[in-house]
Amino acid sequence: MIQQIPLSWYLIFAAMLFCVGLFGALARKNAIAILMGIELMLNAVNVNILAFWRFLYSDGVGGMVFVAVVFAAAAAEAAVGLALIISIYRRRNTVVADDIDLMKG
Amino acid sequence: MSFLTDPIKFIIDWVVSLLNSWGLSEGWITFLTSLVGGGVIALLAMLFVIFLIWYERKLIGRIQDRLGPNRVGPFGLIQPFADMIKIFAKELITPAGADWLPYNLAPVLSVAAVLMIWAVIPFTITVVGTDLNVGLLYLIASGGFAALSVLFAGWSSNNKFALLGGFRALAQLISYEVPMLIALLVPVMLAGSLSVTEIVAQQKVWFILSAPVSALIFLITSVAEIGRAPFDLVEAESELVAGFNTEYSGLKFGMFYVAEFLHAFTAALLFSTLYLGGWRGPFAEQVPILGFVYLVIKTFIVYFIFILFRGSLPRFRIDQMMDLNWKILTPLALSIVILSALVDKALTPAGMVVRVAGLLILNIITIVVTSRLIDRSWKGRKREIVTTPRPVAIANPGKPESQESASV
Amino acid sequence: MSALQIVFLVTALVTLASGVMVVTVRKMMHAALWLILTLLGVAVLFAILEASFFVAVQVIIYIGAITILIIFTIMLTRRVMEDTGPQTNRLWWIPALVSGGLLVALVFAFITWDRGYVDLDFLPGSAVGIAELGKAFVSPDQFLIPFEVASILLLAALIGAIYIANEHKK
Repeated sequence: MIQQIPLSWYLIFAAMLFCVGLFGALARKNAIAILMGIELMLNAVNVNILAFWRFLYSDGVGGMVFVAVVFAAAAAEAAVGLALIISIYRRRNTVVADDIDLMKG
Repeated sequence: MSFLTDPIKFIIDWVVSLLNSWGLSEGWITFLTSLVGGGVIALLAMLFVIFLIWYERKLIGRIQDRLGPNRVGPFGLIQPFADMIKIFAKELITPAGADWLPYNLAPVLSVAAVLMIWAVIPFTITVVGTDLNVGLLYLIASGGFAALSVLFAGWSSNNKFALLGGFRALAQLISYEVPMLIALLVPVMLAGSLSVTEIVAQQKVWFILSAPVSALIFLITSVAEIGRAPFDLVEAESELVAGFNTEYSGLKFGMFYVAEFLHAFTAALLFSTLYLGGWRGPFAEQVPILGFVYLVIKTFIVYFIFILFRGSLPRFRIDQMMDLNWKILTPLALSIVILSALVDKALTPAGMVVRVAGLLILNIITIVVTSRLIDRSWKGRKREIVTTPRPVAIANPGKPESQESASV
Repeated sequence: MSALQIVFLVTALVTLASGVMVVTVRKMMHAALWLILTLLGVAVLFAILEASFFVAVQVIIYIGAITILIIFTIMLTRRVMEDTGPQTNRLWWIPALVSGGLLVALVFAFITWDRGYVDLDFLPGSAVGIAELGKAFVSPDQFLIPFEVASILLLAALIGAIYIANEHKK
């Protein structure tokens, strides 16, 4: 298939998605919303890796292996993060990240 | 390639040449033919559900020693049309406080998820919607969408019972995806590819002979994925009002209803494609339309088995269902994948007959060992005796019990 | 503008718009729904990049498992007056500046990179198939160790999540 889309389009798109996710992870109050921002960032990273792989190294499998490991890490991190959020909700009855400050100061 | 031996491909080629003569480019032709083909398949599948509803109701009726619908039209054939008219005419009530977008999206998504499966199934040797090289994973992904629609329905109805029903349904659906995915690795191994057309093309000997345990696991998990008896806890009428589709009326409920029947038929179609050889049969290569006929016959046989399940088995409890999944099906699926891989690798140089026979013997041994283990674990379970058994009927209710003779 | 470029632009636009909605919407449930749309858009991009295996994996894992986990958690941690009031912090303009600055820096880096506009007409062969990926995962001189480490990571996460989320009965 002739690739009519330049590499830079994919990279710029991935950068935009990463920045949107970064804003979400830093600026939201709800802990679950922070996690969703992190998932957006991980997806942007996946798009980036696959774009580079397809354009420059597509006769090997290195890019695909890296993306598979990123998928596994994202799934593991989402599962543990959500379990932590549920556990914190049971103790403190809140999921607002600002209120979980028992160890502050 | 006359019209008689291969009508579907003939029509497709005629349309392509017509579009070519109008001067369209290659990309547009593929796009338009795919669009029209998808629309035709979806339309035919939905229209076919009407016949399936009639077939199922008649058969369930016969299993239960009654006639089934036979008033409306000859043999009750117009009955589904009457049902359709009733469902169309009902008022669409939206509960207050319901989230508008998921509420309306859920029935659409549940039908769409099932129709998406029809895109990768080869109907004859020359006709297939699209030949994805990851066709099998695409099928699992479509099953995931069906699970998502149940979640939307349960959540957006703003009703605690619907939410609980949605949760239970979702837990069942995502739990049963695990052994399904693992058991589907066995035909992938035997065929050497994830593409569904390749799996059918490699079935010189049907895979149900080489991998009966995997076929059994796929059958059970398919029935659980559809949410049909005996796994129909999610919509048990006597339990959670109506489960996740409590707040749906009229055509939206009709969509869920249609989606369930269509999903059952699609699961039967998948089983016959992956394990029973799909369109393969005598003379199916020379006369491709015979392949389609064989596929329909096989699918109806498997669908008949599904209806037999529904009519005769009692319903599972939720903990029995989860037990079955995690304690029996998943370890069985894992072990059969590993053992099949070993035996297949060892016996491949020895020719096809030895390989199939070896795999068949392995599967029989696995089934025997598994049933022995299950029996032994059940015998060890002790049921506590709460009281001594009391007699059911007392012969002379007037006398006090101490003077009662032992006349039970 | 060929058809593929139009498809890419539409998909990228939809994905970015959904991403922005994920991080700005007030109700958490709606944010989860927009997240599903974003993940679907990324799956379509994987398809354009001819990584067909990852399209299916993205849908099965991200949409079919992680998003459902997120929705479960949202439902389990809901209080009555949860979804009112602003959903961003008081100092939300600092993250906006930081991410905006990062975006500008990255785009500048891509534009001035001398291989930035790699406009290859015909990529080397077609992309390598899944069978090669499978063999790479299990051969010791290729990528066996990352595969095993990822499996151990998933096992640890599984056990840890079950333990953490379990209610410890006293």
